[in-house]
Amino acid sequence: MTEFIQQLINGLSLGAIYALIALGYTMVYGILRFINFAHGDVYMVGAYMGFYLAPSIMRGFGQKSIASGIVILVAAMAICAALGIVIERLVYRPLRNRPKLTVLITAIGVSLFLENAGQYVFGPDPKAFPDIINDHAIEGLGDLTVTVSQVLVLAVTVALLLLLTWIVKKTKLGMAMRALSFNPVAASLMGINNDVVIAFTFGLGSALAAAAGILFAISYPSIDPLMGILPGLKAFVAAVLGGIGNIPGAALGGVLIGLVETLVVGYSDTIHIPSTYRDAVAFAILILILLFKPTGLLGAADREKV
Amino acid sequence: MLEIKDLQVCYGSIMALQGVTITVPTGAIVTLIGANGAGKTTVLRAVSGILKATAGAILFNGEEITNHPPHRIVGMGVSQSPEGRMVFANLTVRENLLMGAYLRKDKRHFAADFDYLFNVFPRLKEREKQVAGTLSGGEQQMLAIGRALMSKPKCLMLDEPSLGIAPLLVKTIFSKIVEINKQLSLTVLLVEQNANLALEISSYGYVLETGRIILEAPSAELRKNEKVRGAYLGGA
Ligand SMILES: Nc1ncnc2c1ncn2[C@@H]1O[C@H](COP(=O)(O)OP(=O)(O)O)[C@@H](O)[C@H]1O
Ligand SMILES: [Mg+2]
Repeated sequence: MTEFIQQLINGLSLGAIYALIALGYTMVYGILRFINFAHGDVYMVGAYMGFYLAPSIMRGFGQKSIASGIVILVAAMAICAALGIVIERLVYRPLRNRPKLTVLITAIGVSLFLENAGQYVFGPDPKAFPDIINDHAIEGLGDLTVTVSQVLVLAVTVALLLLLTWIVKKTKLGMAMRALSFNPVAASLMGINNDVVIAFTFGLGSALAAAAGILFAISYPSIDPLMGILPGLKAFVAAVLGGIGNIPGAALGGVLIGLVETLVVGYSDTIHIPSTYRDAVAFAILILILLFKPTGLLGAADREKV
Repeated sequence: MLEIKDLQVCYGSIMALQGVTITVPTGAIVTLIGANGAGKTTVLRAVSGILKATAGAILFNGEEITNHPPHRIVGMGVSQSPEGRMVFANLTVRENLLMGAYLRKDKRHFAADFDYLFNVFPRLKEREKQVAGTLSGGEQQMLAIGRALMSKPKCLMLDEPSLGIAPLLVKTIFSKIVEINKQLSLTVLLVEQNANLALEISSYGYVLETGRIILEAPSAELRKNEKVRGAYLGGA
């Protein structure tokens, strides 16, 4: 039983990271009906921003202090938000009225560009992410091993999810996002500047991806320019699993993918699936959803407009 | 107030409007009638900036607004309740109305405007917290009109408010349009296939046929016109 709870905790903190990335896929899909395949690479850039900013921020705000952690997180989120907005402005906006396939292929191009530019600028070799928190196992939990970083991942994810929910439900821009996702023409008849709302959505999604990058790097402190590929794909699966375009669905999908992946690895002997197949798990899930419930767990039936 | 001069709009190589001229004086209700496919919606979409005019000009209070982005046109005081209503089915009635007020900065006046709208359309008050997708067609039409009014327009354009709505409710909605026009001294451009009612509440009318205005006159005269009676008023 302890073993199972342990796996759940591990799975939850991995799933939280997928969830944060999945939100960006699903929000952009919600308003533009296309999959931004460069999104996983924004997550990678987020981790690198943390890597480069951490030393100087910690000099200013204290080594391994809470303040430093928050400033690093917010700075990486802000930079990636700007990156997302620039990508949309320079690449996707000129293609806005082109066939979806054109945009999709372009997104793959942007992804390859970021991965290769990352290798050029950051160097191709993995880098050790600096210790920005005092990571250790929390004492007094018996046989359970819960680390500070795991708690942090969950706490930050929950906080960001609450913030996002508030933005989407309560703010004017959030309402405009929902309106635009339902009917862009009607939205512009309200006086909504669709370009602004679309840019905002890219910024929001990219900021969440950056947060995921930092949280990942705190938990698994080795980063490299291709680190975004697999989590990006898994988060995409998570978004499809939850129902693409559906925000709570993306969060739920991320957590589920993280849990299933961790459980498959944890119980690989019992279920006779080698733990080296961990990355195949998400894709097996993708095939199953596409076969049996293409609209995803929380998706509405009228959303199949790829 | 609103002047459409020699407007041309194309869909690809098809010219849907071939030089349309319409004038809507301040405070008036002017109607644009015509059969399905005549180009009525195209006129309103071009005025709102959703479709590009290939030639001609659109002036609002003397200022040229041709091919301005839609949000600028709303900002200047021209709003529209589009064909098919297009309410945001995923938003509540209240949120839909707030979207109508998107460009307004005077939040403290919203409460009074909600009161006014709920007074005109009590059904909207009852449904305030409901998701708009659950409303009946007539209620959605009221919401679409209310939403367009929330931008505090000087000129309101209505695209077939009678479309797909029970006849009794259509009568109510048309009387509300007159009421709003009087109370807010709002200029109205009403697009309709239901020529009968439209000519009853308007002061001036235009008849559009395959992208051209073929007839224009005070509404009372149009109602007596043989051609209009034959083609648009059910021949009675
Ligand atoms: N998106 C479009 N693409 C091509 N043709 C269109 C489009 N929308 C309308 N049309 C054509 O333009 C003409 C005018 O349409 P519309 O303005 O909707 O007429 P109405 O509102 O009077 O029914 C019709 O012949 C219609 O087929
Ligand atoms: Mg029409």
